[in-house]
Amino acid sequence: MPNLKEVRNRIQSVRSTQQITKAMKMVAAAKLRRAQNQIIELRPYANKLNEVLKNVSATVNPDEFDNKYAEVREPKKVLAVLITSDKGLCGSFNSSIIRPFAKLVETDPVYSAAHKAGNLELLCIGKKAYEYFNRRDFTINTDYMGIFASKFVSFDEVKVAAEFVMDAFVNKKYDHVDIFYNQFVNAATQEMQREQFLPIAEATLVEGQEKVDTEYIFEPSQAEILEVMIPKALKTQFFKCVLDSNASEHGARMTAMDKATENAGDLLKELKLSYNRARQANITKEILEIVSGAEALEKSA
Amino acid sequence: MMKLEIITPVEKVYEGQVESVQMPGSQGSFEVLENHAAIVSSLEEGTVLIRKASDTENIDISGGVVEVLNNHIVILAESVTA
Repeated sequence: MPNLKEVRNRIQSVRSTQQITKAMKMVAAAKLRRAQNQIIELRPYANKLNEVLKNVSATVNPDEFDNKYAEVREPKKVLAVLITSDKGLCGSFNSSIIRPFAKLVETDPVYSAAHKAGNLELLCIGKKAYEYFNRRDFTINTDYMGIFASKFVSFDEVKVAAEFVMDAFVNKKYDHVDIFYNQFVNAATQEMQREQFLPIAEATLVEGQEKVDTEYIFEPSQAEILEVMIPKALKTQFFKCVLDSNASEHGARMTAMDKATENAGDLLKELKLSYNRARQANITKEILEIVSGAEALEKSA
Repeated sequence: MMKLEIITPVEKVYEGQVESVQMPGSQGSFEVLENHAAIVSSLEEGTVLIRKASDTENIDISGGVVEVLNNHIVILAESVTA
């Protein structure tokens, strides 16, 4: 039989754990709502930008415009942007980025070649990927790690990171840039995505070849407008990945904490049962002692 | 009357009916009145001057792109300073 006092202490501790996980779940839910709002706010901007971009690139004369962000080079120097979280307790959120990526470095021909030659660099956004890969043999850029530290993910901070990556690509510091992040599907599901950031995938521009029914005036010229817009579209894409990951993180944490609260509840039920059983056994034992004592007294009387 | 929208990645800054809009095009400031032809132009950092029926409003933008189509103006800016 378990000791009554021990069980009581155990119940106490499980109960306070449950309170903590419950609170964390509610905090995550509030943050998730905010993160989702940010995604929704970005949508009109991103949609309109893509729409205008399509219109312009459909009519531009390809000879006139040299897209330096679409230049395909042999992918020798590779940059991987890994978006994870700063904090744990969010289920498999971080390992769903870290593990497939670690595997990719071993199996993918481009990545393993770059890694062996020491030309693979990681740009970590969120501390978790940094903590993992820093212990292994990787070159890591940590300049933009703290994006998730502030209350809101600010576009200005993300913009700086995106600009750094874009400039480095144009200056041939990297030949190929991928972003690895968790795409937000719903609060309970995230999907790990590998998105080619640079060079801009051909498909993005081909899509714009549809007929445009409006005759626009372009000022100053299509090429110059593209020059302004493509970096904007890239920054928006980068921002979207960060926002998606942010929403996914809070969704994952909410689900994980909900599960933990539930498990604590189950555990409490079991503990209470064994506590009551022990208590009942004690009482029975005491009654037995009293009765037999009384009987012994009666006999002697 | 035309419809004007100013959108940033973070929020929709302005949405409303306007008489005219003056903005900092990359080849000099220009103004859009009703029934302007369809145009796409890049914008410099500067002030967007919005004239409504009764009053005017200023919004500073950090540069961006504007599309005018069928009396509907959309300004895409990376950030605004109110």
